[in-house]
Amino acid sequence: MTDEKTIDTTETETETVDVWVAGTEEPHFQPTTEPDQEIGPDESDERLAQQFGSVVEDDYVFDDEVEDDERMIVNMGPQHPSTHGVLRLQIELEGEIIRRTKPIIGYLHTGMEKTAEQLTFGQGPTNVTRMDYLAPLHCELAYSLAVEKLLDIEVPERASAIRILMTELNRISSHLVALATNGMDIGALSMMLYGFRERESILAFFEKTTGLRMNHNYIRPGGVAADLPAGWKDDVSAILADFPRRLDQYDDLLKENPIWLSRTRGIGVISKEEAVAFSITGPILRATGVDWDLRKAFPYSGIEKYEFDVPLGENGDVYDRYRVRVLEIVESLRIVEQVMDTMPKGDYRVDDRKVTPPPRARIDESMEALIHHFKLFTEGFKIPASETYMAVESPRGELGCYLVSDGQANPYRMHTRAPSFYNLQSLPITMADSLMADTVATIASMDPIMGDVDR
Amino acid sequence: MKPDEIGLESDEIALHSVLEDLDGGFDDVTWSESHGQDIAHVPPETWKTFAEAAKEAGFEVCSDVTAVDWMRQRPQRFEVVANLLSMEHRTRFRMTTGVGREDPTIDSLTPIWPGAGFAEREVYDMFGISFNGHPDLTRILMPDDWEGHPLRKDFGVGSVPVQFKESHKVD
Amino acid sequence: MATAPPGNLLMTTVERAAKWARTRSMFPATFGLACCAIEMMATGAAHYDLARFGMEVFRASPRQADLMIVAGRVSQKMAPVLRQVYDQMPDPKWVVSMGACASSGGMFNNYALVQGVDQIVPVDIYVPGCPPGPQSLMHGILTLHDKIMSGEIVR
Repeated sequence: MTDEKTIDTTETETETVDVWVAGTEEPHFQPTTEPDQEIGPDESDERLAQQFGSVVEDDYVFDDEVEDDERMIVNMGPQHPSTHGVLRLQIELEGEIIRRTKPIIGYLHTGMEKTAEQLTFGQGPTNVTRMDYLAPLHCELAYSLAVEKLLDIEVPERASAIRILMTELNRISSHLVALATNGMDIGALSMMLYGFRERESILAFFEKTTGLRMNHNYIRPGGVAADLPAGWKDDVSAILADFPRRLDQYDDLLKENPIWLSRTRGIGVISKEEAVAFSITGPILRATGVDWDLRKAFPYSGIEKYEFDVPLGENGDVYDRYRVRVLEIVESLRIVEQVMDTMPKGDYRVDDRKVTPPPRARIDESMEALIHHFKLFTEGFKIPASETYMAVESPRGELGCYLVSDGQANPYRMHTRAPSFYNLQSLPITMADSLMADTVATIASMDPIMGDVDR
Repeated sequence: MKPDEIGLESDEIALHSVLEDLDGGFDDVTWSESHGQDIAHVPPETWKTFAEAAKEAGFEVCSDVTAVDWMRQRPQRFEVVANLLSMEHRTRFRMTTGVGREDPTIDSLTPIWPGAGFAEREVYDMFGISFNGHPDLTRILMPDDWEGHPLRKDFGVGSVPVQFKESHKVD
Repeated sequence: MATAPPGNLLMTTVERAAKWARTRSMFPATFGLACCAIEMMATGAAHYDLARFGMEVFRASPRQADLMIVAGRVSQKMAPVLRQVYDQMPDPKWVVSMGACASSGGMFNNYALVQGVDQIVPVDIYVPGCPPGPQSLMHGILTLHDKIMSGEIVR
């Protein structure tokens, strides 16, 4: 099954993708286990004594000459300070230049797709929400839309509007973390504190509405779990009023900063054709100039009612991705404002008692309500056999849910099309022939969430 | 749910015009429709040529490649599903094929859409389906020495019985 | 009760001083894995400031750290890495298991996760929650400080 490829040391201008096959590392590469350090073949007693200081020698003279074409394999991760989770990169270096990269994932594999087959459709959001943990509401939305498609039900307008409000706020909070970690990795440490400071106000609103700061389990099949709390307009207005000043602060810090520009312009470039070929979606694709946003192309949950633009970049480098994210925050603020002004009245979930539970107060009064509640939370609702694929635009790209049901109360197969999984495939392309020092900037701009990648 | 029960000839359901043209060149591909989404049922031999034709027709992006294990419910145990997206025509469709239980193998879509590389490795890891022509078919999510393919229906969840330890603070 | 001899008094004071120094300047090692890592970062950020307890510097190198906050779910592939990082930390070291997944496998009782990080490393404090808010994590860390100061955890 594995094709043995020889190590290709000639760099050409063609589009061939040099994929690094597992197991073709150089023969003297020996993994060492700490604390038992195995002594490699080139470490003799003399060299060891030299290292430990017992033999004093002139450090300027090196016995072994470094050959010109010598390449070194460096392992980065899975535990490393760049706060992007457990991503491991095996990098083949020639001096400071990266020749080949292989991302190795799977360190956060949680078996969520298998777990989804054990849970009912109503319990699905609790599972799915922990995949992309910076945009949990988007994961829940994709799953709930898929379930509603299978059930062929329409959620009320208010529920759709609440969903858009929450997901756009979630987009803002996710982009804030992306900016914060992006800044911190490149060296603008204060950006980390600014990003998380803004996020706190949004998370406080989420806690008030959904009960949790993260992993909310709020968007469920049939609508949302609870209505917006009283006084939500004041909270959202406070958030909206605060943001323009903060965004100006970030622009002051980063946009024209010569250090930022030199560390991000022209770094990690990916072209349009490469991005499309590697199924990359989201801000990374839009930074290359491709105008593709699922909110405009395949609108969901009533988002076509709101006016917003899709920011595009030009060069597909780290700077453009940063700009696209900042501008997307601005656009999301526009959408939130429109939702707030035009929030329709009505039900926050569909009225079908076979799908959504009755209000808690009704359980004391009506036997039927009690039975419905009981059946929904123990057995769940059954869906006739069919399949569907629904996708939403998450802060990282196309987040899709492929759901197959075979008539039972549990999904037969639930698969999530994770945007970061596909975005990571671009790393060998963007990092090839770049400098080691730009690795961190490139990975940070890809904004991978390993929960999404490994599921 | 068998594919031939829901498989219809292309003139029986209203396909997007791009898909009509695509279907023109292939006799053995049947189409069906599920909740407004078009599905092409492709025999395994034509999997790669159909995919190439789809790319020519304007489906530049392969959104997703995944599989379903229909253990004992269908004659072909595994179903490999590829979701294709055309940005130019703003449309999607799915192509599926059946792969048997013994020696499950299908052609790889990676030479056509490099983005399918990781997805096919995941299908290999989780289901054991091999892809001919994939440049690096190794385990991606599970450890390299893991035995078994977790998403198959005969692989248990692996849940551990939860024991509730007595709390020494409660009388 | 007779007064303790002066030698013991000195040693007690030195021990108390050592414990005080250890708790007031614990360096956590970055071991953020999943969702809990975001809450850990939020705990270190400005709103719930961990720096006031001397802990803002999250050391990347385990050789320089003495507290490992296992934040997130530990998969089968990550378990040997976790153990290696734990082994690299010099004594005295402590482990805080943050979140439900690290403490017990959480809601994922399946083949892919280690059901509780205490199967791999000895844990001192378990912080429940999914994810635990910054206040819960801070309460856990301060409890660890109290336990070290009172001598309940002896290293």
